[in-house]
Amino acid sequence: MEWLQQLINGISLGSIYALIALGYTMVYGIIKLINFAHGDVFMIGAFIGFFAIARWGLGFFPALILAMVVCAILGVLIERIAYKRLRNATRIAALITAIGVSLLIEYTTIFFRGAQPEAYPDVIPNKSFHFLGAQISMQSIMILSVSIVLMIILQFIVHKTKIGKAMRAVSYDEEAARLMGINVDNTISITFAIGSALAGAAGVIFGIYYTKIDPLMGIIPGVKAFVAAVLGGIGIIPGAVAGGMVLGVVETVVSALGFSLWRDAAAFVILILILIFRPSGIFGKNTREKV
Amino acid sequence: MLKVNSIDVFYGNIQALKGVSLEVNEGEIVTLIGANGAGKSTLLKTLSGLLKPKKGTIEYLGQSIAGKPAQSIVKAGISHVPEGRRVFANMTVEDNLDLGAYLRSDRAEIAKDKERVFNIFPILLERRKQLSGTLSGGEQQMLAMGRAIMAKPKLLLLDEPSMGLAPIMVKTIFNTIEEIRKEGTTILLVEQNAHMALSIADRAYVIETGKVVLSGTAKELQETEQVKAAYLGGL
Repeated sequence: MEWLQQLINGISLGSIYALIALGYTMVYGIIKLINFAHGDVFMIGAFIGFFAIARWGLGFFPALILAMVVCAILGVLIERIAYKRLRNATRIAALITAIGVSLLIEYTTIFFRGAQPEAYPDVIPNKSFHFLGAQISMQSIMILSVSIVLMIILQFIVHKTKIGKAMRAVSYDEEAARLMGINVDNTISITFAIGSALAGAAGVIFGIYYTKIDPLMGIIPGVKAFVAAVLGGIGIIPGAVAGGMVLGVVETVVSALGFSLWRDAAAFVILILILIFRPSGIFGKNTREKV
Repeated sequence: MLKVNSIDVFYGNIQALKGVSLEVNEGEIVTLIGANGAGKSTLLKTLSGLLKPKKGTIEYLGQSIAGKPAQSIVKAGISHVPEGRRVFANMTVEDNLDLGAYLRSDRAEIAKDKERVFNIFPILLERRKQLSGTLSGGEQQMLAMGRAIMAKPKLLLLDEPSMGLAPIMVKTIFNTIEEIRKEGTTILLVEQNAHMALSIADRAYVIETGKVVLSGTAKELQETEQVKAAYLGGL
C-alpha cells in the first residue's frame, strides 16, 4: 500500500499549498495583483507559531490562532501601506512593489533574529495509525483536518455572509459595488486579512510537518502556491484548493518514483504546461481578450 | 429635493461637464436627454459619488453631497442604476437583491421590500435562484432596478434603462418607472430614447457637449423644433 501512503503524504503537502494559494487567488480576484509578499506572510506565521509554542508555552490551537491573527494584521498593513496608493497605477508597478515588500519582510526578519534555522517543537503527539497498510501520522490527520475546517469556514464566509458577498461583488465589478454602498477599501482590506490569516495557519502547519523553519522558507512554497493558484485558475477559490492538491500529489509521486531531486522542477513544468495549453487554469473559463 | 448648481466635472484633463445646473423636485420624473457623450452618465456618476465635481455644489434634501463617498450617498437615499445594468453576473438574482440592501440592517423591512420588488417584477421571483448572468437583457434591467429599490431610495437615478431592449420590453420598463414613481420615489431618468422619456417625464433637460442647452416641461420640449429635429427623429 505504498501508493496510498504517498497519496496521503501528497494530500497533506497539497493542503498546505492550497491554504497559501487561497490567499494569492483571493487577492488577485479582488485587485488583480499577484502578491509576491504572500509567501513571506506565511513565513511570519511559521515564526509566530514557533515563538508561541517554544517560548511562550502555548498549545497548538492557541498558537495557530495567534499566528492567524498576527498575519491578518500584517496583511492589512501591507495592503494599506504599500498597495493601496498603487491601485490605479500600472500593474507592473504594483508587481515590483510586491517583490520589494517580500524582500523587506525577509531581510527585516533576518536583521532582527539572524538567518539561522529554527527547529519546530513537537506539539502534536508522535502517534500514527495503520490504515489499509499505510501509516498515517497524527500530524497528517491534524494538518488535513485543520485545512479542511479552514476551507469550509472560508467557503461559508464567501458565499453566505454579507462581507463575503461584498468581496465577490467588488471582485466582479468594483464600480457597481460602490453603487450598492459597499466600502471598497474595507472590503479589500478584509480580503487581505482573510488570505493572510490562511497563510499564517499554513505556516504553523508547515513548521509542525517539516520541523525546520527559516526566514527564507516562504520563497519556494510561495512560488509553488502561486503555481497552484494558476493551475486551478487564478481568482477562483475552489481552483486554488484543487491546484494545491494536484501539485502536492504530483510532487510526492515524483519523489516516490525516485526523482526527488526533480521535485521542485515538477511544479515549474506544470506551470509551463498550463501556461501553454490552458492559461486560464483548470476551473477558468477561456476568455479571449477583446481588441 | 436635488439642486445641482453649475458643476464642472473632469475626466483627467478632459472637461465632461461645464457649469451644469438642474433641479429635481420631490415626486417628479425628470429626464435628461442628449446624444452619446454629451455628459449624461457623467452627471449621474457625479450625483452618486463615483466622480467628484471640481466646481459647483450639489444639494440634496438641504445637505451638500458633492464629493461625498458613494456609500454615504446611498445611505442618504440616492440609488443609481448604472448604464449597461451592471448586475453581478456571477451571483444569483437573490444575492444581487441582497447586495442592494447592503447598508440596511432592518431585516423585516428588507424582506418586505424584496416582496415589493417581486411584485413589481414577478419574473425575478421565478428566477431568484438563477445566476443573474443567465438572464435576458430586459430581465437584467429589471434586476438592476430591483436591486436599486432594495436600498429604499427616495431618489432613483436611471441611466439608459431602455438600451438594447426589444420595443415591447422598453414599454414594460417605462410602465414600471411610472409605477415606481407612483409609489413615492422621485426619478431622474437619463435616456437616448427621447420619445419615450418625454412621454413619461414631467420636466426635461437637454444636454449637449457637457452643457444644459434647453430645459422645460416635457410637453414644452416635445413641441420645440430643436428637440424635434435632433432627438425625436424629425417627427
